[in-house]
Amino acid sequence: MTMISASARRDLEVQSHPLLVYVLAPLLALGVQSFVALHFHGFAILDLPLLITIYFAISHRHPVAGTITGTIIGIAQDALTRHPLGIFGICKSLIGYLAASLGVRIDTENTATRAALTFCFVFLHSGVYWLLVRRLLAQPFLWSWLHELLRAAINALVAIVLFALLDKTRREY
Amino acid sequence: MESFFSRYKNALVLILVLLVQVIGVAIQVRRPLPGEHAQPDAGGVRLIRYWAISLVSPPERFVHWIGSSISNLWFNYVDLIHVRQQNKDLQAELRRLRIEQGGVAEDARQGQRLQQLLAFTEKYIYKTVPAQIIGTSGLDQSRILWIDKGSKDGVEVDMPVITPDGIVGRIREVFPNKAQVLEISDPTSGAGVILADTRLRGILRGNALGQPVIVGVMPDERIKPGEKVITSGGDQIFPRGLPVGIVDKVVPDPERDPMVDVVIRPAADLSRLEEVLVITSTGPEITPKERLDLIQSQAVADTEQLKASEVLAERLPSRIDPDNPDAAKAADTTTGAGGEIARPIQPPLPLHPDHFSPNAAPPAADLVPGARIAAVLQGPGNKTTASTSKPRPISPAQTTTATTSAASANGATPVKKKPPELVPEDGSRPPSATSVRPAETAAQQPSPRSNPALRPAQTPTPTTPRPSGLPKTIIVTDGPAPPTRKVTPTTPAIQRAPGTSAQKPPATTVQKPAPQPHKGPELVPDDGSRPPQTMLRKPKPAATPQQPTGAPQR
Repeated sequence: MTMISASARRDLEVQSHPLLVYVLAPLLALGVQSFVALHFHGFAILDLPLLITIYFAISHRHPVAGTITGTIIGIAQDALTRHPLGIFGICKSLIGYLAASLGVRIDTENTATRAALTFCFVFLHSGVYWLLVRRLLAQPFLWSWLHELLRAAINALVAIVLFALLDKTRREY
Repeated sequence: MESFFSRYKNALVLILVLLVQVIGVAIQVRRPLPGEHAQPDAGGVRLIRYWAISLVSPPERFVHWIGSSISNLWFNYVDLIHVRQQNKDLQAELRRLRIEQGGVAEDARQGQRLQQLLAFTEKYIYKTVPAQIIGTSGLDQSRILWIDKGSKDGVEVDMPVITPDGIVGRIREVFPNKAQVLEISDPTSGAGVILADTRLRGILRGNALGQPVIVGVMPDERIKPGEKVITSGGDQIFPRGLPVGIVDKVVPDPERDPMVDVVIRPAADLSRLEEVLVITSTGPEITPKERLDLIQSQAVADTEQLKASEVLAERLPSRIDPDNPDAAKAADTTTGAGGEIARPIQPPLPLHPDHFSPNAAPPAADLVPGARIAAVLQGPGNKTTASTSKPRPISPAQTTTATTSAASANGATPVKKKPPELVPEDGSRPPSATSVRPAETAAQQPSPRSNPALRPAQTPTPTTPRPSGLPKTIIVTDGPAPPTRKVTPTTPAIQRAPGTSAQKPPATTVQKPAPQPHKGPELVPDDGSRPPQTMLRKPKPAATPQQPTGAPQR
């Protein structure tokens, strides 16, 4: 894993996406997540909005932008659930900030690095979500290490394909 | 200071965003009071949810429209094979269900009457709105469904959502064209349920695994897997009696030690829902359409029952006497107050009637107290004594004569010729019921066969007076004194059927022995033994006045 400075990284690769991608990608992620889970109940183990948040954060490499992106996507996801607005917003804000901060320092173009980062971020997202739901909202939430690890692994595998697809839409200067 | 913000700008932004969201969550979260349902979101939150679902739902609707178009193209134009047969089957099924519905209509009406008497307020499903599910929350932890019907369609908060298989959940949030459904498997849901067999009540919630669970149930060995669970109606949301599911297993409650949780397998497949029904109106009475269906089904059921009764009546043997059909009609005219036909219970006619047979004895109004023994109490003349009786020789043929009167027995009066009855060659006696009717029997002779003392070889001659040492015998039979009438001879070979007393025996079976006067008393041993019924002979009622000793009459 190559460690480079943040300024040098920005100077080497300045990545950006069209505005349409920033709008449609989260909406599609929310829509597909909501619709496919209706017919394939096991699809709920995926968290496409979280993967979109991680991708935009590590590709844009700006912590504030990652935080804002995570907040918006998280609140939109909250709007589809019974949760009060902010639960997923808090989780994804934190993930967006961390992903953007790490994206400045490590090479996120490598597939293995992406998979490892996604695995860690999904697992961390589950931990934060459990903390908020179980402690802040005092609602029942069954924590299963096996389930969460499996969930993180599956999301990491899906992230490899999804990130590759999204890389096709970026424009480089 | 400026350098501080510029240096920790990212972290400060993160902290600020998190702080705002935590405060927002704290504002939104308010625990409902006991017995209070979760309140809908505030206006701002509703607006955000509405924006989110409005942004997300178009692609969902688009995908759903594509899927629906393909499925409609297939099912409406291609897959129409056997539709006509299915239609016929469904029509037959509908008729069968209507008949069944008519069968339970009376029970339903009775239940309504009882509920009105008890001031129960039962709710019936009055109106439903079909809705399609356009999405979910997409998470395991949040059991939420989105439907394409909202407030414009009459959907309101806390309306129950069901399928024909069972309940699904209740409306949690309503928007103009969309609504949010909280499934029964969600941990924040709640529904009053009752176990169908054990009648145990409980509250249905979702556990952490997304399974509906009846929480806080006292341990009961009667709760077995497979028992049906229905709604109890106590939550004021779901009408009573809707299917919920069946018991899957019973597990200990981790939070309440002595209690157990009953895990339910939902009747409606919550993971594969496409269309649901939102109950938008419930009422205390059934709908006019349902009432019309009940009336129609009741009429159909009555018709079917009438047909079944007719078929059954044709197959069963008729109770109507073909010789006297008017009697059955007269009996059928007796109806009760409620219109039911009250038929008196009539025993069958006996094959061999005797004085114990129904209607053989005269009515009690015609009886006179003491008439039974009047003949005995009239005086000594009525007593047959050995001293006044003259024994006479008795031949076997004579002993079979059933119509020998007492007057002829003592030889005081000439005996009118009567056709003797047939006796088998072996000397066996005919049945009493066919030889001599008890009511007609006044004085009978003991049979020489039954009484060895009266056998011809041992009986005295007619001219020989009866020894004074013979016991004095009084024969008393039951019943009133018979009227004076001729006794119709009977033949043992022909049994009289009821109602055929007027039939004459065939001439070929009648033998005409020489009439012999029957003199002498009837000898009956006084050792307490009664002569057999076949030995009793009826005396001639119209005895002459000079008859010295009247034969005992009955």
